[in-house]
Amino acid sequence: MLELYKELIIDHGLNPRNKYHMLKYTNKINAFNHFCGDSFILYLNILNNKIEDISFEGQGCSISVASASIMTTLVKKKDFIQIDLLFNYLKKIIHNDLTLDENNLELNVLSNVKKFPSRVKCATLIWNALKEIINEKRGINNA
Amino acid sequence: MNEEILKNIKNEFPILKKKKKLCYLDSAAITQVHQSVIKEINYFYTEINSNVHRSAYKLSEISTEKYERTRKKISTFINSEKKECIFVKNTTEAINLIANSYLYPILNENDEIIISQMEHHSNIVPWYLLKKKKRIKLKIIPINENGDLIYDELEKIISKKTKFISVTHISNALGTVNNIKKIIDIANSKNIPILIDGAQSLTNFKIDVKSLNCDFFVFSSHKIYGPNGLGILYAKKKYLEQMEPYQGGGEMIKKVSFDEILWNDIPYKFEAGTQPIASIIGLEKAIDFLEKINTEEIINYKKNLINYTLNKLSKIKNVKIIGNPENRANIISFNIKNIHAHDFGTIANHFEICVRTGHHCAMPIMNFYNLSSTIRISLGVYNNEKDINKLINCINKSKKIFN
Repeated sequence: MLELYKELIIDHGLNPRNKYHMLKYTNKINAFNHFCGDSFILYLNILNNKIEDISFEGQGCSISVASASIMTTLVKKKDFIQIDLLFNYLKKIIHNDLTLDENNLELNVLSNVKKFPSRVKCATLIWNALKEIINEKRGINNA
Repeated sequence: MNEEILKNIKNEFPILKKKKKLCYLDSAAITQVHQSVIKEINYFYTEINSNVHRSAYKLSEISTEKYERTRKKISTFINSEKKECIFVKNTTEAINLIANSYLYPILNENDEIIISQMEHHSNIVPWYLLKKKKRIKLKIIPINENGDLIYDELEKIISKKTKFISVTHISNALGTVNNIKKIIDIANSKNIPILIDGAQSLTNFKIDVKSLNCDFFVFSSHKIYGPNGLGILYAKKKYLEQMEPYQGGGEMIKKVSFDEILWNDIPYKFEAGTQPIASIIGLEKAIDFLEKINTEEIINYKKNLINYTLNKLSKIKNVKIIGNPENRANIISFNIKNIHAHDFGTIANHFEICVRTGHHCAMPIMNFYNLSSTIRISLGVYNNEKDINKLINCINKSKKIFN
């Protein structure tokens, strides 16, 4: 019935992957959406600009949890450049009517949030937190 | 007569008349605007658009007369003097005005202001700003699990340093109706000025500021079927007369030179610059409407509808109603197990149901219940059992999606 709540979103929203408290990590960041109260902690093990391991914990709506879950499965073992490409693709499909790339099935389910402007932040919350860490590691001032 | 009013009442609200499927359950945020208000605003712009208190021409005389007629209407409605009613932007601005013009000049370090656990951010942040500027203390009246104030605690936290009490009449997040008469009596007995945040009051109760004997009472037009961008500050004239102006500008002065300024009389001293004249003139019609629906039968109808809703919600498995106040207004907050409030809000939107989801600008009470968000419904006089049944169906459908 509701395009936004496709099976994949419900699946990742109700049974999120990589959702646990990581004990040993190189980087950690809080992601908080003051509009709705969604709040996550992202844990990362980063080596040579590559994400060796990633997990998250916290609470949020099904869109933000699904987005976090999908993100962790997609960025593990990827380097910063590959992650940039993924995030840029996500931003394009949720802000513009970009034709969907069939190779990005999991990210494509998030494209439906573009019809719900108030939910865009739910989909990008955890990605923005990851980007902040990547920028920090690259020595870019995130101002 | 009353039955006739209720039967056709949706048609008296142009948006509800036009959007037949719309199920509007967010009246605590903003009420829909009555047709008489819209008609009056349209009349203002098409027939008499002119500034008030300034010119000798006919149009200005008519708009000035209507503008002041609204003030008279409001003062009669809440039983105050006309000059004790100030037009402001909204309830929030009214509280900021009191914080800045009345309290800021008289507060000393370590003085205390008392608010409650269930306040809207607009009755927290202005005091927090004062706390930072004047190094005062904020004391909080606690609540119990039911979401009722613990009144006994109030007398305990009052001290010689207490300079002000500011509490809400109705919790916008839970629907709790506070016994404001009791709080006001305590404040009066200790000679502490008290402000009542009446943002949610007037659609639930008839307010008489004289018999309540509060010092300040504040409310918004957009929550009483009137236009937005407009609120009312009632204050006893003894305060208004001694208070400094809030903003400087036109209308609020009698005489200006570069060396000396003479403030205008109240209420004009607090109305700097051109006010939202069309909205003010429109508000008179909203008050007329409130008077029309202030009958025992209609009040009972609204009470029965909220009880009908509570009853329906409490029968749904995995729906948890937040708080169980002794006396409830037109508001219910709840959550559904395994469905985040915002997800429900999006699904409800799909069925053209408008509910509020989130922290309702009342984070301290959310923290009390250890919640980040709830689903809140709030009823207006235009709601009926059909609207509630639609909501209940939507909850059941949502549960299917998420299971």
